[in-house]
Amino acid sequence: MSEIPAELRYRQSHEWVRVDGDVAVVGITDHAQDAMGDLVYVELPDVGQVFAAGDEAGVVESVKAASDIYAPVSGEITEINEALDDEPELVNNDPYAGGWLFKIKMADDGELKEMLTADQYQEQIDSE
Amino acid sequence: MGQRTPLYDAHLAAGAKMVDFGGWDMPIHYGSQLEEHHAVRQGVGLFDVSHMTVVDVAGKDTRAYLRRLLANDLDKVGEGRALYTCMLNERGGVVDDLIVYKIAADQARLVVNCATRDKDLDWMEKQAGGFAVDIQERPDLAMLAVQGPKARAFLQDLVCDDARAALGELPFFGFAQVGSWLIARTGYTGEDGAEIILPGDKAPELWQRLTDAGARPAGLGARDTLRLEAGLNLYGNDMDDGVTPWEANLGWTVALDDPDRDFVGRAALETQKQKDHPVLRGLVLEGKGVLRPHQGVHVAGGSIGPDGETTSGTFSPTLGQAIAFARLPAGTTGTVEVEIRNKRLKAHVVKPPFVKNGKAAYKTI
Repeated sequence: MSEIPAELRYRQSHEWVRVDGDVAVVGITDHAQDAMGDLVYVELPDVGQVFAAGDEAGVVESVKAASDIYAPVSGEITEINEALDDEPELVNNDPYAGGWLFKIKMADDGELKEMLTADQYQEQIDSE
Repeated sequence: MGQRTPLYDAHLAAGAKMVDFGGWDMPIHYGSQLEEHHAVRQGVGLFDVSHMTVVDVAGKDTRAYLRRLLANDLDKVGEGRALYTCMLNERGGVVDDLIVYKIAADQARLVVNCATRDKDLDWMEKQAGGFAVDIQERPDLAMLAVQGPKARAFLQDLVCDDARAALGELPFFGFAQVGSWLIARTGYTGEDGAEIILPGDKAPELWQRLTDAGARPAGLGARDTLRLEAGLNLYGNDMDDGVTPWEANLGWTVALDDPDRDFVGRAALETQKQKDHPVLRGLVLEGKGVLRPHQGVHVAGGSIGPDGETTSGTFSPTLGQAIAFARLPAGTTGTVEVEIRNKRLKAHVVKPPFVKNGKAAYKTI
């Protein structure tokens, strides 16, 4: 069973969001990292880049395959997790904390309501 | 549900993630492909390769038949030796690559790929016309690969006296039959070790004995990164029915020495040998990123579109860099650019293997 923290919001494409004031911290879920296998490369956006919700914002690559990362909410990138450059395995080992990917200053926190709750995300992966 | 090897339950018990592979339910990894890869490079890894198709050929025309069927010449080796070879179609394209074990003058065993099983068996039957041979698939047999720098010594401690003695004496690509086992010093990882072909009902007990003693189960994921690091081709990726050995860096497996040996595809190969043709080379990505199959490759002074294409590509766990095979125009050397998500990244053209004895071994060309 993969871990799905109750306090986070989720996108169908397996990103999670933790809200910290007007900043959304973004990562990929435990379920997603488990399905990808060992990550070996993470391509992150640049600080200052602006995305609309649903835009491609990065790529995670495992030994098996590459998978796009989508911006779950609209806004500007304020910080990226530079530790992943040397240690992409942080995403496997600690997907909800040390393995975060980037932070977005949210343009519209109303978009959070469109995202899945932990229960809804659980239902989605149960039905996959 | 796919076909299952006799070790299916053992894989589940070991925590395997199972995937479909050529119609078989096989372990892709048991938790961490990277750790399994390193276990094989540094210690002892254990693979279930029972999905491979084992075919026995027997009869008085075995020698003549296999010298017709196979591009490599079985006369190059004595009894008790194995040979890596392709079987080709009339155009010189690779029907499959395989290992043939020369058991006796009138008896041999072939291990071919599972994804091409039906095609291979049909082709072998078709080519057998006029030869007194019996071709028998052996679905009753299982196959384990024990691979790693410590694999042979490890195995010797766990098998009967006869098998222990055989393992100590086997040359590279040699094999011995001990009871119902065929033990060969072969593999698909670039490491020392052995492959054991044995009755399927005996396989779970051997698997258990080896894992209890510390061999690490390794899945098809690690098998793929290990073989690519070792510079070994994968059928379906690096060559197929439309690609000749010259175009797949397999020229060393084609035996043209005996002018009287008319193997299938020989005429086409001799014609192509006189001309310029694409070649398969290694690539090492200079910066960060991961190479994958079917990425476009641009050579210096080439055309606007891609001049070549990667056929296999991965992140090399041993080198910590991306590596690939690519089919390129003849004479390509130096640096090329690979298309990765609309960017062009620099890669060096190299001669595989990428890794030998656990270290970088490629030469830039």
